[in-house]
Amino acid sequence: MAGRIIENEEVVPNVRRLVLEAPQIARRARPGQFIIVIPDEVGERVPFSLADWDADAGTITAFYLEAGVSTLKLSRMQPGESVHALVGPLGRPTVIKKYGTVLVGGGCYGLGAMYPLVRAFKEAGNRVVALMEGRTSYVIYNEEKVREVADEVIICTADGSRGIRGHVKEAFEALSEEGRKFDYAHFVGCTYMMMISSKATEPYGIPTVVSLNALMVDGTGMCGCCRVLVGGETRFACVDGPDFDGHKVDWDQVFSRLAAYVPQENLAYQYLKCREAGSVRASPVREEVRP
Amino acid sequence: MSKRPQLTPRERMAIPRAKMPEQDPAARATNFREVPLGLTPEQAMREAERCLNCRKRPCVAGCPVGVQIPEFIALVAEGRFVEAARLIKETNVLPAITGRVCPQEVQCEGNCTLFKKYGGVSIGALERFVADYEREHGLVEIPPKAEPTGKKVAIIGSGPSGLTVAGDLIKLGHEVVVFEALHEPGGVLVYGIPEFRLPKDIVRAEVDYLVRQGVKFEMNAVVGMTYTMDELFDELGFDAVYIGVGAGLPRFMGIPGEDLNGVYSANEYLTRSNLLKAYLFPDYDCPLPPAKKVCVVGGGNVAMDAARTARRLGADVTIVYRRAREQLPARAEEVHHAEEEGIHFQLLSNPVRIIGEAGRVVGMECIRMRLGEPDESGRRRPIPIEGSNFNIDCDQVVIAIGSAANPLLTKTLKTVKLNKWGYIEVDKNNRTSDPRIWAGGDIVTGAATVISAMGAGRIAARSIHAYLMGLPQPGEEGAEGEQ
Repeated sequence: MAGRIIENEEVVPNVRRLVLEAPQIARRARPGQFIIVIPDEVGERVPFSLADWDADAGTITAFYLEAGVSTLKLSRMQPGESVHALVGPLGRPTVIKKYGTVLVGGGCYGLGAMYPLVRAFKEAGNRVVALMEGRTSYVIYNEEKVREVADEVIICTADGSRGIRGHVKEAFEALSEEGRKFDYAHFVGCTYMMMISSKATEPYGIPTVVSLNALMVDGTGMCGCCRVLVGGETRFACVDGPDFDGHKVDWDQVFSRLAAYVPQENLAYQYLKCREAGSVRASPVREEVRP
Repeated sequence: MSKRPQLTPRERMAIPRAKMPEQDPAARATNFREVPLGLTPEQAMREAERCLNCRKRPCVAGCPVGVQIPEFIALVAEGRFVEAARLIKETNVLPAITGRVCPQEVQCEGNCTLFKKYGGVSIGALERFVADYEREHGLVEIPPKAEPTGKKVAIIGSGPSGLTVAGDLIKLGHEVVVFEALHEPGGVLVYGIPEFRLPKDIVRAEVDYLVRQGVKFEMNAVVGMTYTMDELFDELGFDAVYIGVGAGLPRFMGIPGEDLNGVYSANEYLTRSNLLKAYLFPDYDCPLPPAKKVCVVGGGNVAMDAARTARRLGADVTIVYRRAREQLPARAEEVHHAEEEGIHFQLLSNPVRIIGEAGRVVGMECIRMRLGEPDESGRRRPIPIEGSNFNIDCDQVVIAIGSAANPLLTKTLKTVKLNKWGYIEVDKNNRTSDPRIWAGGDIVTGAATVISAMGAGRIAARSIHAYLMGLPQPGEEGAEGEQ
């Protein structure tokens, strides 16, 4: 059944690999696309970048960080259980072309999501350099998968415990100073990383694409929750993206919109924990309208 | 049951129009329970006596699906409520829904002979009453089904038109699968129309009725993404496809400040509240932060739904509309309900800018309008009055100025012709330029009503059936009798 959990394993602290049964999504998925998951019947619709798929096995893979109530619920689900809803693949696939030398930089969940991009750019005949960032050496994951398909894997860590000291941006700058040339750059991961990395490639005139992680509701262009300003025009990340020109994205607005629900996200998280601890109960008025 | 007492037309006209009991405005502005409470059996029978049974049946002519109105009303008058419900269902598969959300005052009731002088027979209330009576008494029966034809039909979208097509075709013996992009069936009935106007357990009951008849629903299937149209025909073996995906692309105004936090399309606002139950946050996870003052831009039914939702979430609500009161496109009943609930109307005003601070809405700048000559729609054109700008304080703005055609599916169709606005072109049988594909509802007409979408579904279902069975198309020589 679509949505059944095959695997939900913590690969490094606070990052899980989620493998779901989803034969139809696995058949149709393309690099750069995403899925929407609702963990349980009172849950919200949360987008996750696809990190891999296997059409023969009928499975898809995504990586996620426990960051709020939805991912907390998801992190507790066991193989064999099913998520309440699973939709996909959504979003425009990444435009895969032969550019020459391609840089793919990833961090956070992007260490997972970068794999299909690296693979596709490689298959299209590019020389692909994968830049994998983490705050420290032991939070780097998915490296062996990326190594299978990249021409070169470069690790960077904020604390310098492994590879280049710094983030994707610093690693890119270090490589550029060595005289390395890139014809295209693609960044996926946390918004700050995508922003500063895009700003770093701009002076070099390298075409740069980012896979944005906007908040979404339906994911089909119906609501406009995920709107982003790109080159002064309002676009919907769910159907016009998630990939956009990293040099044209209005980053201040991206940050602002991502923070729109922080108080509610905190409240929902605390509320769930309190309810589990037995210190609050749903009010009786509410009970009557519950499903 | 006793025979209907023979009243003279004069006696019938002397019966006062039934007034449906409603939740008290002050109480209902703080809850999401349904506002009109429904007629009692006695009220329904008495109201039915008002029908003059005119020979010309103007009410039926005003119904997009041609419900046999005088006949069902006669059954109500005799207390034969279940028979009345079943009679309606021969032409209208969703009477509990249309009884609640149809604009009867411009359709059946507006056409009623009594309308001008006495107020039309409350056809909507009676329709709702018999459908509720049948369902609440557990008397809903599965209608007989034709022998299986071995033909398969895919329906894209589980809104009112898709459900109608499904209901009509399953009875004719075809295999029917409905593909729905969201996680609950019902389309706009679930994500758009609020609980207080259409309780979701009614939609679930109607969907369940179709499931019991054998209709299959596949949720979370976005045709165009999850499946391609070619896949439906070539790999999944469907013989015909009906597209009823709705309009589904929110319009924004294109004014500064629309990307601020706190600005919502009506689609987003209502989807969060209705489909994802944000009004029960944090029992449900989807948030819709409480606002002190909400401005809703637009004057249609969606604007009223959004405004009344915001009111129930605790806000002080103002509807900002660029024309005057007489031009409000919303149903009179909805405007009346909104006013009763304490919603303000800022008429002849149009937003020019949404004002933000630190990324959040703090107000909206508007300009006053006056009405000029009628435009092509026949309504008087609003003209801005130079220098009349004023600010409204608000911390949320909901934009409810209509929707456009969502291209997610249509852009993947090579054989289906679209018009210049991206809506699907169809013939009088709702058939597209691809002879295996039909379409109806808002993706053909642009935003319209539940019942007109159902009417389109009805027409398409007849045409699909004729196509599948190798019969002449409706309207062609030798076709089966029209309704």
